[in-house]
Amino acid sequence: VSTEHLIAGPYAHERTSVSRTMGLVMLALLPATLLGLWQFGWPAIFLFLVTVAAALAAEAASLAIAGKPMRPFLTDGSAVLTGWLLAMTLPPWAPWWIGVVGSLIAIVVAKQVFGGIGQNLFNPAMVARVVLLISFPLEMTSFVSPQPLLAGTSPGFLEGLAITFGGAAAGTQFDAVSSATLLGHLRTELGQGHALSQVFPDGFGAVPSAVGLISGSMGETSALLILLGGLFLIFKRIISWHIPAAMIGTLTLLAGLMHLYDPEHYAGPLYHLVSGATLLGAFFIATDLVTSPVSTRGQLIFGAGVGLLVYIIRTWANYPEGVAFAVLIMNACAPLIDHWVKPRVYGRDRKGEPLDYDRRRQRILGNAVQLLHTLLGRGRETAG
Amino acid sequence: MRLFKIRGGVHPHDRKSLSADRPIEDLPLPPLLHIPLQQHIGATATPAVRRGQKVAKGDLLAHSQGMISAPVHAPTSGRIVGIGRYPAHHASGLNVHTITLQPDGEDRWSNAIHGIEDPFALEPEEIAARVSAAGIVGMGGATFPSAVKLNLRKRYSLHTLVINGAECEPYLTCDDRLMREQTDEVLDGVRIIAHALGVFRVLNAIENNKPQAQRAMEAAIANLAPATSGSGNAIPGAGEIRVARLPTRYPMGSEKHLVQTLVGLETPARGLTADIGVVVHNPATALAVHEALRHGRPLVARVMTVSGGAISRPTNLRVPLGTPLQHLIDHCEGFRVEPTRLISGGPMMGQPLPGTRVPTVKGSNGLLALSAEEADSREAMPCIRCASCVRACPCGLLPLEMALHARAGDLEGVVKLGLMDCIGCGSCSYVCPSHIPLVQYFNYAKGEMAARGRAKQKQTETKRLAEQRTARMEAIQQAKREAMAQHKREAAAKKAAEEAAARGANEALEENAA
Repeated sequence: VSTEHLIAGPYAHERTSVSRTMGLVMLALLPATLLGLWQFGWPAIFLFLVTVAAALAAEAASLAIAGKPMRPFLTDGSAVLTGWLLAMTLPPWAPWWIGVVGSLIAIVVAKQVFGGIGQNLFNPAMVARVVLLISFPLEMTSFVSPQPLLAGTSPGFLEGLAITFGGAAAGTQFDAVSSATLLGHLRTELGQGHALSQVFPDGFGAVPSAVGLISGSMGETSALLILLGGLFLIFKRIISWHIPAAMIGTLTLLAGLMHLYDPEHYAGPLYHLVSGATLLGAFFIATDLVTSPVSTRGQLIFGAGVGLLVYIIRTWANYPEGVAFAVLIMNACAPLIDHWVKPRVYGRDRKGEPLDYDRRRQRILGNAVQLLHTLLGRGRETAG
Repeated sequence: MRLFKIRGGVHPHDRKSLSADRPIEDLPLPPLLHIPLQQHIGATATPAVRRGQKVAKGDLLAHSQGMISAPVHAPTSGRIVGIGRYPAHHASGLNVHTITLQPDGEDRWSNAIHGIEDPFALEPEEIAARVSAAGIVGMGGATFPSAVKLNLRKRYSLHTLVINGAECEPYLTCDDRLMREQTDEVLDGVRIIAHALGVFRVLNAIENNKPQAQRAMEAAIANLAPATSGSGNAIPGAGEIRVARLPTRYPMGSEKHLVQTLVGLETPARGLTADIGVVVHNPATALAVHEALRHGRPLVARVMTVSGGAISRPTNLRVPLGTPLQHLIDHCEGFRVEPTRLISGGPMMGQPLPGTRVPTVKGSNGLLALSAEEADSREAMPCIRCASCVRACPCGLLPLEMALHARAGDLEGVVKLGLMDCIGCGSCSYVCPSHIPLVQYFNYAKGEMAARGRAKQKQTETKRLAEQRTARMEAIQQAKREAMAQHKREAAAKKAAEEAAARGANEALEENAA
């Protein structure tokens, strides 16, 4: 019998690992990703591959510089997932270097500089997206309407290569297909003083938005498939429902109230839910394990904060979409939330004092007596 | 009956089917028994026999020492061949005080032992005294002297006795088998304990993965004899004793969580379940109480599960205390494959064993030999803050934060996060995707805290002694000074008197002269 590794138990373990957790998240992302790749054709496929490969390469380089072991960290799936999530938030026909620069920022600046997996304060994919958006606004806001793979209008393999690697989109036949996202469109129109009923005389198109037949980044298109993946993650207990529920709930509530207040200038809850990165953010970005609070109450606060900020940014700030900013701001608050909001310890009250049933009984009894007196109109005497 | 929810917990693969259908076998006597003098929480017992002395089964081998302690008895008849030191049933394998007994093969009970016809006629104190004299300790593994818990009625107002048959640790089936095979004896012990505690509500809590045990206990309760003893004392009967069917969830058998499940109240931190009127005992303890009261037999053997993927023939054994574990393994036809881990107890909270020479003790409920596949030990990865541990913790703690502080050596931080409220159940480590040995960190921190406590106590004690010494020296000096002053005063007075006398004499002379 080996006596080495004589450590404390348990000597049984659930069949879990970091790579399994990351793998399940990727599995949950797969349907929406496949739809996105199909919708936006070869350029999207190339951009996706380049982004993921760059993330892996950046991870490997960082590990080499830090002198950390390659195998466990490269195979844990976290770098692939970061690249994947970033690719989901890029305009599908963006040039290859957008993906590469984004991956470098995400992995090197936002993750490895902080100490690698588990140590980063901010969601790496969102850091990269925000840096790209601010540095390269043109490339990051050039969207195309869906050009399904193998459909006559979509670019072929070689044309795809030219678009991703040769910057060929502009000035060709495909220039015509560029199209604003729903959020961008509404933002512009409202900015010009148009009312909602003028912008969307026949409704904003909830069904195409939910299914994903609209322009946008891959993760912003099919709300339904993202929702499906998110529910799968909750079912597999990789994420808990608290952050998505709080974020969606807050956003719905605010949008609903404002829409009731002025239906001509504030879009309704459904619009906010199915457009942009709301659901991707709720289920895949805000729920990022590393950068969100650990307690359930903390997660509710965090999710509500993200929902609130998304609404504020979308409605009153300069950007049409605010999920990335909202998540980053709440990431910064997560350590504070974790510090102040902790679960109640067994056998103790919220202040950390041991439970005292006698005192509680007396208090309840005292309150009841007080109430009785108040009801009988003699509260003052008791208080005196 | 209505059950209450507890937080957290995990659902490990229970692997009880390995041994659940094996009836309890009597293990043949080994050539030598090594009986440690400390098989309980509290003070080590002191030997009551000499080397070479012949003893009968059940004879006292060692007296208990002080309030929290337990005596040790001869597990069989034979000759004392050694009183010395032998490796302990403990991860350290350190040598501890042990009496070695060579069985004579007759297994003859002592003539001095007598049972009681009607235990229900006894005063509670008398029952507790007999349980104490029989060396009975908590047999679920905690090994706290049971008599101390039987005397709790003096200080607490108790209303419920819970028999903890949850057996939530994977693999273990010994309590399951006891409740199925010796149902009436266990139930009799339960009633005696209830009588001693003066409670009239008894809950036999059994997890739903042991349906036969649940049914056996229910049937036995329904067949209980009239609820009054010969002496006229009322005793709990079919109306008062119930089986509580527990959901299968680890750590359901944690005393405070079991009580919460049954009565809906949390035990206050640092308190006992008795604070909320509940006392918890184990079915094996109840059986030992039955044996001690009805037959006068002290605790000299226990039932344990020998299991795990590396054991050729997993089973349940009635083992004389002091039997070397190798003897159990041999009886189970040895190892099927080379075991990766040898564990005393269950896989969740059990302790690694230093080898198979060590003896069986009162708290041993299982001997597990795990194969490499079962043990599934992997290198730890960094924490990804997934909060699985937070969801799994039944105590509402933040294991990931605690581990972070423990690793940084920040003991105050760990304690502030609730280290002392951690029951060490291992649910957090069990679910950790990064395979971080969280319990290891907490045990380390608890050990450090205990060491600091001892150091601080020593320091205070040293300071107190030093202060006492200073005070003593001061008093001596003071006394000396006073004695000196007294002496001086006396000398001065004497001198003055002499001078006065001399002056008087001179004056007289002068007068005379005049």
